[in-house]
Amino acid sequence: MTEPSRPDPDALLSSLQRDERRARRGRLKVFFGMCPGVGKTYAMLRAAQQELRDGTDVVVGLVETHGRAETEALLAGLTVLPRRKVPYREMELAEFDLEAMLARRPALAVVDELAHSNAPGSRHPKRYQDVVELLDAGIDVHTTLNVQHLESRADAVRQITGATVRETVPDTVFELADQIELVDVTPETLRERLQEGKVYLGERAEAAAEGFFRDANLTALRELALRFVAERVDKRLRELRGAAPVKTIWRSGERLLVAVGPSPSSVQLVRWTRRMAAAQGASWIAVSVEASRSQSAAAQRRVEQNLALARELGAEVVVTHDDDVAGALVRVALQSNATQIVVGKSRSPRWLDWVRGGSLVDRLLRQAGPIDIYVVPAERAAEKTADWSEWRPAEAGPGREYVEMLAALALLTSVSWFLVPHAGYLSIGLLYLLAVIALSLRVGRGPVLVAGMVSALTWNFLFIPPLFTFVIAKFEDGLMFGTYFVVALIAGQLTARIRAQERHERLREERATALFQLTEALSAARTLDDAVFAALRQADALFAARTALLLGPGPGLTPHFAGSCSLTEKELAVADWAWRNRRKAGRFTDTLPSAEGLHLPLVRDDAAVGVLVVRVERDASLTLAQRDLAESFATQLALVVEREQLRTASAREQLLAESEKLHRALLDGVSHELKTPLAVLDAALEQFASADAGTRATLLTEVRTASRRLNRLVNNLLDQTRLESGTLQPRLDWCDAHDLVNAALDGVRDALGAHPLETAVPADLPLFRADFALMEQVIANLLLNAALHTPAATPIFLAAGIDRARSRICFTVADRGPGLPAAMRDRLFQKFQRGDAAKAGGLGLGLSIIRGFVVAQGGEIVAGENPGGGAVFTVYLPYAPHGKVPTE
Amino acid sequence: MTASTAKPAILVIDDEAQIRRLLRVTLEAAGYAVRDTETGALGLNDAAVNRPDAVILDLSLPDQSGLDVLRRLREWTHLPVLVLSVRGEETVKIAALDAGADDYLTKPFGGGELLARLRVLLRRTQPTDAPSVHRFGDVEVDLTQRTVTKSGAPVHLTVKEYALLRLLLQHRGKVVTHRQLLREIWGPGHEEDTHYLRVHMANLRKKVEDAADQPAFLRTESGIGYRFTV
Repeated sequence: MTEPSRPDPDALLSSLQRDERRARRGRLKVFFGMCPGVGKTYAMLRAAQQELRDGTDVVVGLVETHGRAETEALLAGLTVLPRRKVPYREMELAEFDLEAMLARRPALAVVDELAHSNAPGSRHPKRYQDVVELLDAGIDVHTTLNVQHLESRADAVRQITGATVRETVPDTVFELADQIELVDVTPETLRERLQEGKVYLGERAEAAAEGFFRDANLTALRELALRFVAERVDKRLRELRGAAPVKTIWRSGERLLVAVGPSPSSVQLVRWTRRMAAAQGASWIAVSVEASRSQSAAAQRRVEQNLALARELGAEVVVTHDDDVAGALVRVALQSNATQIVVGKSRSPRWLDWVRGGSLVDRLLRQAGPIDIYVVPAERAAEKTADWSEWRPAEAGPGREYVEMLAALALLTSVSWFLVPHAGYLSIGLLYLLAVIALSLRVGRGPVLVAGMVSALTWNFLFIPPLFTFVIAKFEDGLMFGTYFVVALIAGQLTARIRAQERHERLREERATALFQLTEALSAARTLDDAVFAALRQADALFAARTALLLGPGPGLTPHFAGSCSLTEKELAVADWAWRNRRKAGRFTDTLPSAEGLHLPLVRDDAAVGVLVVRVERDASLTLAQRDLAESFATQLALVVEREQLRTASAREQLLAESEKLHRALLDGVSHELKTPLAVLDAALEQFASADAGTRATLLTEVRTASRRLNRLVNNLLDQTRLESGTLQPRLDWCDAHDLVNAALDGVRDALGAHPLETAVPADLPLFRADFALMEQVIANLLLNAALHTPAATPIFLAAGIDRARSRICFTVADRGPGLPAAMRDRLFQKFQRGDAAKAGGLGLGLSIIRGFVVAQGGEIVAGENPGGGAVFTVYLPYAPHGKVPTE
Repeated sequence: MTASTAKPAILVIDDEAQIRRLLRVTLEAAGYAVRDTETGALGLNDAAVNRPDAVILDLSLPDQSGLDVLRRLREWTHLPVLVLSVRGEETVKIAALDAGADDYLTKPFGGGELLARLRVLLRRTQPTDAPSVHRFGDVEVDLTQRTVTKSGAPVHLTVKEYALLRLLLQHRGKVVTHRQLLREIWGPGHEEDTHYLRVHMANLRKKVEDAADQPAFLRTESGIGYRFTV
């Protein structure tokens, strides 16, 4: 009994995702042929004409007609974009204008020759990248491609035709195609066309034409093209089966891992793996293992090129750090669930393999367990350097180490020459051994191995009898020599390995420390600016680079002031691209590599919050590990920026809530405060006509009280507004405290009612500078406040004085009321705070306005407890004596 | 032209209809003839055509600032002008007074206060000579003799104190700004030295007022100047 077969959820998901992606993207149709001259462009234009007739908005981005009249005729009626002129080495290249096409946004764009390489300085190095961007923008694209330009077929084509193909298109791009139209003619027809001169052959191809267009070649190419399309159809079929519940066999989880080194043979390895993966319908990973010994810049560049190729061919790329290549490969394979490991055939000398404990393949076989190992021979035709020595840390250490080693051995040898009569030649061997081990602590693996051999031979030649020959006479000497040789090699090797590991640990440690320091600096920073500043300075030091940070959101990016380099228009454009596409760009990347800086987007979830720009000198470079670290920096920064943006958002939210609360309080308060006196006025005036004389007098008093209350309320609101709008400009002038107190009292005498008022202003109080009108209101409001919050008939005190020691004038208003509740004191001077015991009336603006006025004049106000009960408010104003007043 | 036979004519320039109505009622009840306009332009026109005895001018008008209207008026006439303003606009008030307004009132104001101010302004324009002897409380000031007595006893005033007192008496009942006083007494270079004024005013009050810290006659106008009231 078999389980009812169900579609693999992963397959379903990927099928769905693909559908979804396609829904958003433009559709790609590729006119595919075996070689130039089969009529791809012609077919493409015919299709475009058909689309035009169907009412589609078709724009021709670029078509190479090569002067063929039939093809040119097909352009009639089609909109053709003017080409972009690019100056290049004294000539002018005409390129496809991506910007114009994106701006024009037709439904269908026609762009010939997918494999074309753009002129240097274009946005993308390759035209297929332009096409991908068009698709991303939702524009359908028709394009043409020959089989030899397919990345995974380039090798095969070279084997068939002998010509190396430079312009290739990654298979992943080809797989974006929703439709492939195979443009096929028989080799005979093609040759006929060739003879009729209907096929354009580029200037360079002209000479090779006879070779290239041989019948045998054409047949092979045709087969290649046909098979490729058939394979694809087969694959689509399998995809469909994956989604349908009829599947019987599903080889899930097949995954290939290819080891990539600096050797050119790695290129073939990568292509081979890509073919295998495609055939098996499996995903694949390219792994580069960086040893602790630094590689030459050239080797590193080759590794990067090889990895870039793998990425283009659709591989996931992993870079790991380990001195044990086999161990690292197996570790990555296990982590990523790879089922097959592909390595090149080792060409390292046998003895070296033996020293290492087996060749790479041997060690892989030993450690790999259930993982299949494929060993692919490197092609002879490949460059001579293609051998596995590249897998070791570069063999040639600095020559200085060899010189050092030889000098040490020479010194030891001359010393031994004098020692040998006393110590005997056997102990000399021990001295040599000691020297080899000591050297292994100082120099690299290569010099140590050489030291082992050189010392063994020297010992034999100079010290082991018979002297000055490499002959060993006695058996025990032979045994001794053999043992020495092996021990020296092993000891040297072991120590070197330990040292290498140490260095590797140190590198790793440095990296971890850098990240740790960054995290620490970021978490210690209190503001975003601090964080950015700390991070950029660290990056500057770590990468020996100049850095800049550009932050969104908004219509564009804004450079952060902490950056250590300014960006040109062009760099800003690159940053903008990286930001909008959420992909890294600029130097060391596939997009706009001619830029000066490496542009890393700070990606959070589905948005980029900014771009980190790292710019090193033209001749300097960033290692893979450094770029990795830079990306980690970008990730960390993205976190911080996002955190800050969230914080700002929540603070704004809180502020809004707060201000809404205030508005509500204001509205409630104002409406109540306005309505009460209005109601009084209304009622009093209505009764007025019918009232007798006595009642009229009472009513008039009420009307006056109500109107004064309204007046006060409006004044308070206006004052508060003046304070908040910042339009309040105190006019400081010399003031006389007596005048001030009198003026204030004039305004409030009626409102004080039954409260007895005691004033104490010293007769000799000097003049001081203040805004008379503001101070008058401050004192008046304090008096009113006291009257409002204390029981009737309790006294109110008003005093003025001078504190000469602290150069300040003070005004004090005290009462014998209930005093200030402790809980109230903190928010006393905030707006809309009303005393709990306050009688009806007042908006709670009084004290807030008072404080505003006092602060505006450079003073302060303090609330306190009156000894013996009640509240005290004291206003302090700065005091400075005035200039001399002439008596006459 | 003697205004004693005809009712004094008052021109009100204010954009608020309700204020105009209220002023008309109050002023007509007090025996004035009232004309009113709602814009500065109409007001200027009316003043030129009808030659009122006094103008009540609101400083905030819709078409042009009251200050501009005042300046245009002062280009050709010295007729008394009372400006209306709101609280908190001290700068505007001072500017108006310095530009030639004769007095100001802060809204809201009582009818009694308005009529008192208006009386002072109209009296000043009477063609009778200004009195040379002023009496207030138990103080007598003879401006021709330059003598001051309090309760019959001579009061010795310094030159500046006397000048201050004389200036305020000449503008009896009317506000005089700090700037006007300083320029008149100390000269144009001392318009900002308000402490001169404060010090001399304090001394003057001690000599002529009954209670110097609660002056009955030499009153302070908050942030604007002084006024001699009776």
